[in-house]
Parts: sequence; structure tokens; C-alpha cells
Amino acid sequence: MSSFTQSCGGRNYLFDDLKTLLAKASPARSGDSLAGIAAESEEERIAARMALVELPLSYFLSETLVPYETDEVTRLIIDTHDSIAFQQISHLTVGDLRNWLLSPEADTETLAKAAPGIMPEMAAAVSKLMRNQDLILVAQKCHVVTRFRNTIGLPGRLSVRLQPNHPTDDVTGIGASMLEGLLFGCGDAVIGINPATDSLSIVVRLLKMIDDFRLRYEVPTQSCVLTHVTNTIEAVEQGAPVDLVFQSIAGTERANASFGVNLGLLREAQDAALSLHRGTVGNNVMYFETGQGSALSANAHHGLDQQTCEARAYGVARAFRPLLVNTVVGFIGPEYLYNGKQIIRAGLEDHFCGKLLGLPMGCDICYTNHAEADQDDMDTLLTLLVVAGVHFIMGVPGADDIMLNYQSTSFHDSLYARRILRLRRAPEFEEWLARMGVTDERGELRQIASGNQLMLHASKMLEGN
Amino acid sequence: MTKQPMKDPWLQLRRFTSARIALGRAGDSLPTDALLDFELAQARARDAVHEVLKADLLLERAKEAGFSALKVHSAASDRSEYLRRPDRGRMLDEPSKLQLQAMQADERPDIAFVIADGLSALAAERHAFPLLELMPAKLPGWNIGPVVVAEQARVALGDEIGGCLRAAFVVVLIGERPGMSSPDSLGIYLTAQPRSGRTDAERNCISNVRPEGLNYEMAAKKLAYLLMSARKLGTTGVLLKDHSDLLALEDEGLRAQKAIS
Repeated sequence: MSSFTQSCGGRNYLFDDLKTLLAKASPARSGDSLAGIAAESEEERIAARMALVELPLSYFLSETLVPYETDEVTRLIIDTHDSIAFQQISHLTVGDLRNWLLSPEADTETLAKAAPGIMPEMAAAVSKLMRNQDLILVAQKCHVVTRFRNTIGLPGRLSVRLQPNHPTDDVTGIGASMLEGLLFGCGDAVIGINPATDSLSIVVRLLKMIDDFRLRYEVPTQSCVLTHVTNTIEAVEQGAPVDLVFQSIAGTERANASFGVNLGLLREAQDAALSLHRGTVGNNVMYFETGQGSALSANAHHGLDQQTCEARAYGVARAFRPLLVNTVVGFIGPEYLYNGKQIIRAGLEDHFCGKLLGLPMGCDICYTNHAEADQDDMDTLLTLLVVAGVHFIMGVPGADDIMLNYQSTSFHDSLYARRILRLRRAPEFEEWLARMGVTDERGELRQIASGNQLMLHASKMLEGN
Repeated sequence: MTKQPMKDPWLQLRRFTSARIALGRAGDSLPTDALLDFELAQARARDAVHEVLKADLLLERAKEAGFSALKVHSAASDRSEYLRRPDRGRMLDEPSKLQLQAMQADERPDIAFVIADGLSALAAERHAFPLLELMPAKLPGWNIGPVVVAEQARVALGDEIGGCLRAAFVVVLIGERPGMSSPDSLGIYLTAQPRSGRTDAERNCISNVRPEGLNYEMAAKKLAYLLMSARKLGTTGVLLKDHSDLLALEDEGLRAQKAIS
């Protein structure tokens, strides 16, 4: 391990090691200040970037940020690093990598080939040298396609996770929000419920409700109840209709332990879901959620900045060929991302790093009421991310999640995003919506008449209650 | 502006949920009245975050209800520091620590209850007591320790409090972050053998306690169930699963909800 020095404006800056250099080079955010690792002045931040520019990418292979011996995430990253894919960029410095990523030479195909050779820490490092427009430009060139019952991530497409949460997991209440989402053409990424409790019987009941509906109307999408992975394994054992395995993950072994998971357990859960053979067009069965600050929040960041920790979480995700990776960017609160500006920056960084590593990135564009942010900031991030080619966003009724108590993006917001960039839905889902009379031949929402099949379903719900 | 007329039964789906559904559309977007509704709700939630806990009132009420009670403060001096420094909200300030250590009883309590402001003092003020008062009857034979009212507190402050009191379990009743339709939602966190350094995976959580969400009776039943299971299992956290009979409970909840609306 060696230290780095950088002279800047007649001053010499010393950075003790690689993780310190990365932390000091990071754009400002409250979480790194909370951890006491942020740059102490704006000049120090730029001095750190100047040193980072000169750093050869190969250096990341020689200095691990969290010890190999004590951290299984480090072992996973090192042991699965593809040295052949790395060859074409192995001679570059971090500064060169930025230039290369922006060049026409790094086209979609080249970037896809390089992805397995790019370590999460390299992606994090280069992102610190990039402006927001760089993060958008490069991410837009990265294409990743995943499949389960439909195809997600095709160019010119945007999918939506339908999030019909209810504060007491009331099945009819969830059903009402789900129906509304479908009538807005949302739900092609997944119909995903955050349950209010860990109760297995509720989880199974919700899974059955969505699955019955899906089978009855032949909906080409997947469902998920976002419960702990051990619960999902139990649900599979009980014969419940589990499509996707959900889990929150982080970038260090100890942070994952604070979530009650490890790589072996994730593998076990993936195997359980694969054993059900429920996918029709593909078998990407994992749904991961991440977010900057989770490792620090578990006091398991090992002195790493939160954005580098986040990129390492993507290192975990890519070992499991997920269908969806969702960075829940503003959920964690102002102690990690203080305001709209920091949330917007983090959303773009996460999307860029994930895509560069070859992941199907979506974003829960969101904030809580104790952060200095509002719906205008979400409009900005939504617009930037759809330009960058984000795979999916959340569809929450009126953008107000009445169970998790935060604000995200709404069904209406998804229509806005489609309108401004002419983005279409996943092809299988698009066909289904037309067949159901929800959309016309151009993909526009129709006026829903009371004779519509889904409206008849709503009528039956009303009669039954 | 073309506002799509929302005919029955779409509009009627709102009977089933307080989610913002059937709002209509102005083009693709939110109609003006729905936009303002949203902004008003958000304004109220933002105000709730900055509300100050009426700790002395809670203290009096605890004593009136027959609990021994005391007040502590975290190491976060005010709301602004609390929001930026969650680590300080997880530690007691020095006077509180000394006070708690001084009052160690000879007998170790089975449970210490902590009422904490968290991100909504409103939630703690409105819902902690109605819930707390149901607990002694549901936990026959349990030795219930003092009720601790904690200001500028995070969930993990309960670990240090429970540790000082040498309680077998700590139950933290804390204001959750305000949502727009629920500026006063209470969360319950249950941790066995509390001491500083416990992780979130070592706790169990019951969320959204308020009359319009999980009502007091249901929440109390769930908490009692979890406590008794945790005592048998010897631990809390991901190993402790909630297999309580929720179907019956849920029907009750639904009835309660309809009575209110």
C-alpha cells in the first residue's frame, strides 16, 4: 500500500492510501462528511482528482480497498475479474479511461466486451472525474437486456415497476392500486410489493393474488414481494408462486451481514427460484436493491466513500445475472444525500456505474420528507435518467408511497417520460396492453370504457366487497 | 386541458385504499387540484419532521399510568444536528448515561420500553401510550421496567438504554419518517439483549402503527407474540419469523379502517 502526493497551487496534498484518494476525489455529499472522509476543501478535492487521473487502472488489481482475507465481496470481485476483457483497457490510467469512454471507439459492443474486465472500484474512480453529462453520455451507450416473462432494456424502451403498496398489506387495497397501474400501462418491469410485515403467510397470500390475476389475464410480466431472502426461500419451499427473488445488497461483507445475507445465501435463493422454471423468455430471477450510504449506515464501510461502496454492491449483483437492479437513490435520508443536487448526482453515478459493469439498472427516483428535496428535483432526475437510458423507474400511485412513507415517481410521471422521448414499453407487455384495450395501436392510453375487461375485474372487486 | 372523465368503477376503487388513485389526467399529467393536494400533504409532512417532542407531558402521563418513567436525551443537541448526524442520535448524552447507570435495579427487567421522537414527535405523542397501556395485560408475569422518554433519538439509542438498564428486551416506540398521508406513523423495534453495537438484522420491526394503519390492538398482539416467540427462541432478528395469526387480525384491521373512513 502506498500513499499519493499531489502538488496543487503551491501546496502538497498527501493521501494515505487508495481509499482515501477516492473519498477525497468524490463530489461532495453529506454521507462522506458524516464518515469523516470527505475532502476538507474544494482545492483538496481537485488535488485528489489530479492524482486519480494519473493512476493506472492496473493499480486497482494490486491494492484492495477492503482486505481480500476478511471480505467475501473483495474476493468475489478479484476472483471473477476477467483479465482478457481487461486487456484492451489495461494500459490506461483513470484519466485515460474517461477519455476512452467518451470516445466513439467505445461503442456499445466494445463497452459490453470490456464490462467483465472493469472492476467496480475502477467504475467508481472514473465516475468521480466525470460531469453529469459524461455520466449520461456513456451510460446511454451501454445496452443490457434481461428477460423473464418479457424483455427489459431494449433501446427505445422504458419499463416501470408497479409498486402498489398498502400500509396493512390489504389484498383488495393492493389490488386496486395494481389495477390502476396497469390501466396507466405500468408494470412491465415487475409488479413488486413491499409488504408492511415480515409475515410469511401474508407474503404467500400476496404472491398468490398477483399470480392468479396474471394467469387469468395472461399478463406477460413478473411479480415479486420484497421480503427478506430467507422468507422467499421458505415461500418457495411452501410451493408459493415465486417469480423473482428480492434482496437489498451492499458493497461489503459486513454490510451484507447487517442485512442478514451473504453470497452463499443469495446463491441458495437464486437456485430455489431457478428450480421453479417459471420464466418463459429467460431466467434472470434476481431483483436487487441498493443505495449509497447503506454500508456506512451499518457501520461497515471500512473507510470507503459511499459511492465506491455502492459500486462494489454492483459487483455483488452482477455475479447473479439479475433481471433488475434498482438504486433507491433518495430513500436513505439527508445524512447521506442531503438535498436534490446530491440525490441527482448520486442517481446518475449509480446508473452509470451499474450500466458500465453490465447491469440492468433502474432507479427509484425518490426522496424522503426530511431531505431538502421536492418533486421538482425528481422531475429533473427522471428527465436526465431517461435520456441516459434507465431501464425502469417506479410507478407509485400519485408518487406517494402510503406504506414506506416517501415520494417516488408516479404512473403519470411514466407517461411524461414516454411522451418526451417516445419511449415504448417492453414489447410483450406492449402487445398485451393493446390486446386488453388499454392502449391503441400507437401505444397511447385509450379512454377506458366500463366494458373493458380490467374494468369488469374492478367491478367484481367492488361487488365482492 | 383535457381532463379524462373518470367513470365508475375506476373512481370507486378509491374505497379500497388511501393511495392516490383515480386522480384523472390533464393530458398525461396530474390535474391541478390533485397537484395542490399533493403539495399540501408534503408541506404538512415537512412540518412534522421539525416538530419538538413534548417530553414532559409524556413523562407525566407514564407516571399517571403507573409506570416508572424518566427522560433522556441523545448526543444530538438539536434537530439540525440530529438530521445530519444519526450517529449522535444513537448515543446517549453524558448526563443521561450517568442517570441511567445510577438507577440500575437489583432485579433485571424483562422489558424496557423507550418512547422516542425519531422523525415524527407527533407519532410518539399520539400513539405510544395507547399502545403501551395494552401491553401489561398481554404479557402476564413479565417484569416491565421503566418507560424511557428519549429526545432526538434514533432506533439504536434503545440498545444503549436497554444495556444500561440490563433489560432482557428493549422495545422502542419511535416516530417513523413522515409520509404524506401519515405524518404520525409509529414504528416498534424489538431487540433482545440490547447493548451498543447491535445491528438492524438483530431486530424485529412492526411498522405503521396508527388508527388508520395497524391499529393499537393488532400492534399490541403482534408485539406480544413476537416477544413470547423471541423469549423461546432466545433471540430477535431475521431468525425470528412472524407466524402470528394475521388473517384474523387483518379482518379486524379492515373493519377498523372502514369505521374511520
